Amino acid sequence: MADIVLRDVEKYFGESYIVRKLNLEIRHREFLVLLGPSGCGKTTTLRAIAGLEEIDSGEILIDGRPMQSRQAADRDIAFVFQLFALYPHLSAYENIAFPLRATNEKRSVVDRRVREVASALRIEGLLGKRPSALSGGDMQRVAIGRALVRRPKALLMDEPMGALDAKLREEMRAELKHIHIENEATTVYVTHDQVEAMAMADRIAIMNDGVLQQVGLPADVYQYPANLFVAQFVGSPIMNIVDGTVRPGDGCTDVVLGEDDAVQRFPVELYRKMAGRRQGEDRLAIGVRPEGVLVALQPGDGYFPAEAHIIERLGPYDIVDLRFGTQLFRSRTTSGYVDKAGRAVWARLDEKQTHFFDRRSGESLQVRL
Amino acid sequence: MAHVELRNINKRFRRHTALSDLSLDVGDGEFFVLLGPTGAGKTTTLRLIAGLDAPDSGSILIEGEDVGRWSAAERDVALVFQYYSLYPHYTVRQNLEFPLKSRQRRLGATEIAGRVARAAQTLRIEHLLERKTDRLSGGEMQRVSLGRAIVRQPRVFLMDEPLSNLDAKLREILRAELKDLQMKFRATFLYVTHDQVEAMSMGDKIGVLNHGRIVQIGTPHEIYNRPRDTFVATFVGSPAMNLLSGALRDGKVTVAPGKLEIPVAAAVARRLPEGLDRMTLGVRAEDVLLGPGGGLEGRVYGVENHGVEKIVTLKVNEHSLKATVPAHMAIEVDSVTPFAIDPGKLQFFAPQTGVNLVWAREEASHG
Repeated sequence: MADIVLRDVEKYFGESYIVRKLNLEIRHREFLVLLGPSGCGKTTTLRAIAGLEEIDSGEILIDGRPMQSRQAADRDIAFVFQLFALYPHLSAYENIAFPLRATNEKRSVVDRRVREVASALRIEGLLGKRPSALSGGDMQRVAIGRALVRRPKALLMDEPMGALDAKLREEMRAELKHIHIENEATTVYVTHDQVEAMAMADRIAIMNDGVLQQVGLPADVYQYPANLFVAQFVGSPIMNIVDGTVRPGDGCTDVVLGEDDAVQRFPVELYRKMAGRRQGEDRLAIGVRPEGVLVALQPGDGYFPAEAHIIERLGPYDIVDLRFGTQLFRSRTTSGYVDKAGRAVWARLDEKQTHFFDRRSGESLQVRL
Repeated sequence: MAHVELRNINKRFRRHTALSDLSLDVGDGEFFVLLGPTGAGKTTTLRLIAGLDAPDSGSILIEGEDVGRWSAAERDVALVFQYYSLYPHYTVRQNLEFPLKSRQRRLGATEIAGRVARAAQTLRIEHLLERKTDRLSGGEMQRVSLGRAIVRQPRVFLMDEPLSNLDAKLREILRAELKDLQMKFRATFLYVTHDQVEAMSMGDKIGVLNHGRIVQIGTPHEIYNRPRDTFVATFVGSPAMNLLSGALRDGKVTVAPGKLEIPVAAAVARRLPEGLDRMTLGVRAEDVLLGPGGGLEGRVYGVENHGVEKIVTLKVNEHSLKATVPAHMAIEVDSVTPFAIDPGKLQFFAPQTGVNLVWAREEASHG
């Protein structure tokens, strides 16, 4: 039961910033994911919320109360690390019960709480086992159980699935999200894995070089990235980015990809919408995700010629590399649509899925068609 | 470049059987991926081909010649590892020259300079040639490692998880570059990985290895659409294929407990034995279709956003099913939704062995 507010939080190491002017509100019962590459400041931020790390300036409020002067133990927050940190000589039951033993709870209360948590995590059958007898996924469940048993206001997790293999991570993702929904705790989850972030988050906060880049719903971050960093960090395959320009055309706006490698006719209002947001004929970075590159096997209106290069047949769909001029774009097609590499195809950018960025600052021009 | 063949290879380490009766064929100019979990025997297989280890029995042929008694150097294969193994105090150029300066090769200085220049150009590391390797990023180091293999112009490239230490974005970029390189040189690649996406995206052919045995060899399309058993079915593809146990009778599968009845297309049913009390049904997430008129119903347990699509976990009685739906479809957790399963896209496996029943029948009828 908590909302967490970060106001102008800063942390530096000597001259260099680890976290810079961070403002973030995490709502009551929200599942917020802090996403970014290693060294972006996400773990430092999480540890600062937990009270494991002091901040150099700014404020951290939980339920409106400033936390700076409070010890980690007094913040009523539970922390789950990537490495499970279970006591090897204690059973799963005793590991989960451990935080309650210290509070002098009655035995019957402890027992009830441990069993409730174990039931939610579906590890009732494993309570008698020691950590060494558990699989990686079960160890992580026990670690989460130990965090939940105190019924903390907030649950903070630092790459809790980083040590698990791909298949297990996939299963645990759904489980963990469901536990969150059933549990009342506000959750802040740190990861560098954008798939995990997109899959689990109510909202994602993306950080880079200590600076918050964008906060939003997974769908918004994916569809309307605030800048080039977010555009290319979220989504796989990576968004195609090409230098380009726009100019008024004949009843349309011409979008020029590269040095005239291809010209696309976009609605006439694009140029007008863009005129207010940029100066002169600045070069743009034009971005489009693979599913926004439409591919045809025959020439058609608005399509430009390209050559299919590498084709990745991933099962339910293919990723086809298209070459045109000096450019290489990746497109997503239905499985088997382009039969072989080297084939001539035609391509077009979906105007609703095309993004325009200021090339110098990397900021999105926020033009939506 | 060369054709590589392994015939009936067995290898034990003390009491542990690493490889049993392993046979595979890597065509000239083919990108062959050996895919399997940790401990499956992938690296052992590479080491046998490279001549770093010897099999207990079976033969290894390169271009039709048995190389069993040849030394590692004589086999003329290049091995690229997960860890870069570069000489840290030397420049990139010196690292690239090193394998060419051995006495056996007797290459002239011009030839060496030419090969280094061409490799550097191909890998786009020309600007790094005079830099010491300890000043490189992970991606650059892996490019230099590849360069060291390329300059040798080996008959076969053997790669042991070369991308697994890199971050996701860099891995994606290098995947495309590696495949491009292999196509350009028409090189024979044997590539080892535990990552099914790498295998599917780069391989001309995939050999799935588990517990030291080859489970299935095929194109990515075959492996995905006609998995040999439940291991392949769940190891390849994300999310993993849904598996449900039930009975097949009267053209439909009944999954117990509860009354989940799934119709089977006649064309599929014909290829199966009639009346199976116990079998395992396999359904890919993209073949679970959410929407009205499906005749089935499930409760939404979880929804994951994956950008271009969503993955929905449905609970039907006690069963769990994952479905892929377009990103724009609105779905609420805990709501009840109708769905259908594409009756033509089902897979059927034996309950105990997990072997694909259609396969088993076809194999039996072909003797």
